[in-house]
Amino acid sequence: MEPQDIIQNAQQLLQESQRLAERARELAEAAQVAAPAAAPEVAAAAGHGSLFLMLLTVFALACFVGYYVVWRVTPALHSPLMSVTNAVSSVIIVGALIAASPAGGEFLFSAILGFLAVILASVNIFGGFIVTQRMLHMYQKKK
Amino acid sequence: MLEFAYLAYIVAAICFILALRGLSSPETARMGNIYGMTGMGIAVLVTLIAMPQILPPDTPIRIWLIILGIVIGAPIGTYIALKIPMTALPQLVAAFHSLVGLAAVFVAAAAFYNPSAYGIGSFGDIAVASLIEMSIGVAIGAITFTGSVVAFTKLQGLVSGNPLVFPLQHPLNAGLAVLTVILVIILCSTNSELAFWLIVLISLALGLLLILPIGGADMPVVISMLNSYSGWAAAGIGFTLQNQLLIVTGALVGASGAILSYIMCKGMNRSIFNVILGGFGGESAGPAAGPGGPRNVKQGSADDAAFIMKNAQNVIVVPGYGMAVAQAQHAVREMGELLKAEGVNVKYAIHPVAGRMPGHMNVLLAEANVPYDEVFELEDINRDFASCDVAYVIGANDVTNPAAKTDPTSSIYGMPILDVEKAKTVLFVKRSLGSGYAGVDNELFFRDNTMMLFGDAKKMTEEIVKGLE
Repeated sequence: MEPQDIIQNAQQLLQESQRLAERARELAEAAQVAAPAAAPEVAAAAGHGSLFLMLLTVFALACFVGYYVVWRVTPALHSPLMSVTNAVSSVIIVGALIAASPAGGEFLFSAILGFLAVILASVNIFGGFIVTQRMLHMYQKKK
Repeated sequence: MLEFAYLAYIVAAICFILALRGLSSPETARMGNIYGMTGMGIAVLVTLIAMPQILPPDTPIRIWLIILGIVIGAPIGTYIALKIPMTALPQLVAAFHSLVGLAAVFVAAAAFYNPSAYGIGSFGDIAVASLIEMSIGVAIGAITFTGSVVAFTKLQGLVSGNPLVFPLQHPLNAGLAVLTVILVIILCSTNSELAFWLIVLISLALGLLLILPIGGADMPVVISMLNSYSGWAAAGIGFTLQNQLLIVTGALVGASGAILSYIMCKGMNRSIFNVILGGFGGESAGPAAGPGGPRNVKQGSADDAAFIMKNAQNVIVVPGYGMAVAQAQHAVREMGELLKAEGVNVKYAIHPVAGRMPGHMNVLLAEANVPYDEVFELEDINRDFASCDVAYVIGANDVTNPAAKTDPTSSIYGMPILDVEKAKTVLFVKRSLGSGYAGVDNELFFRDNTMMLFGDAKKMTEEIVKGLE
């Protein structure tokens, strides 16, 4: 092989590798742009599925706890049971608090809904627990 | 901070479980209620403290609106709870259920309009799973709301307790349910506001239509059912907001209401479907015309009753809804105390479905200071009727009717009853010979060992008290 040919080949190789490097850089740039956009969606899709399963597990177990605990409630206290479960279900106020908190114009409607829910739930919390306490104070043993 | 909040939520959930656990006996119940309050306090405080972490970063927070809400709500609730007479308890509970239902609707709507606060997407772009959970929560919440309002108006006597039956009722309800499912599908594919609010509207209508046809004396089942619904609504919202505390609590309350509904249905020997389909019985009782025309009954006066009971060894008092209506519980307690002073052994027998809510009679007797260890449930006392001298039946009817055991054609056949017929003497305090809620004649009225005491439950008992003094 002539020295000239070798030089030519080397130059060709150099050009080719430069082109490849350029292409790689473009791809890397594209990936850099794409990655942050794609990642949360992938994570969210995977996250929601497994989170839902975890919540469902919690739900199913809580149903069983409720089942066994409530069967042990004496029938004489079924009325207080009803009013205390009513008070306790106002724990939905947690959702209402989160809805009512964000300030700012775009959240105005949901904040108003949250505010109304906070009022309703607090009527229920105070009313429910106090009326239960009133009832329970009436139950007395034989003197 | 967020992890701390989740830990605190677990503590709150355990507090709620202990609150229910405490109700297994009257001694531990008050402590249980305090656990319940503690749990609620923890839940609210921790949510407020962790709010900056719960909301997306850099969201401006407006805490005063929350405090204002609580400051408005708390005194209203406290006032109502302190002032309400115990006889109005069933309607109070119904009214409170409606509040939970409405709050669930509001929270679901807030989540629909500002999903980013709960980390479930952005407005108009909410994950399908979250939309389904939201629809379930909002639908159950809306049904609970209107259903409880109807139950309240019936219990308060604002509308007739008679079942309101109209043609095509069941096809209409089924159609609305199907329509709701279609709307949920539309909501999931389009995030449409219209679809969301239509689901709310139709569920509100369903709540009305479901409870209107159910008669007054089926109210124990209805109230328990709505109790259960309010729990499931909270759990549904909990799934939407991905909040474990709401899910756990919702499940507890849902299970509790479901068990109570089951116990009430069993107490009437009816299936839950039979009750929900409604149209059973009415408040008004027609005059009794037994087979073969009017029959002879033995009628007595208050003095006769006082004499018989004074000379008895064992007396069992059987209260029913009539005692609640007449507010006769205090007179009954007075009578019981005078009898005890005479050396008579007095007990109280409670049928599971007596009254308008589970445990209604127990609360009224407790209010009148009757010690709870003198009050017995059906299965614990039924054997004692055979050895008792007098059964004093006040304002109860169907739950004592032997037709439930002997007459397979009767509409109450198979219902567990209190065996008052086995007592040596049965005293029936009633306003008339009318049949009970189920519209079935009670042949006990015509037996030789029965004495009818016609009159208002309270006045009659007060006269007996005078006779005893």
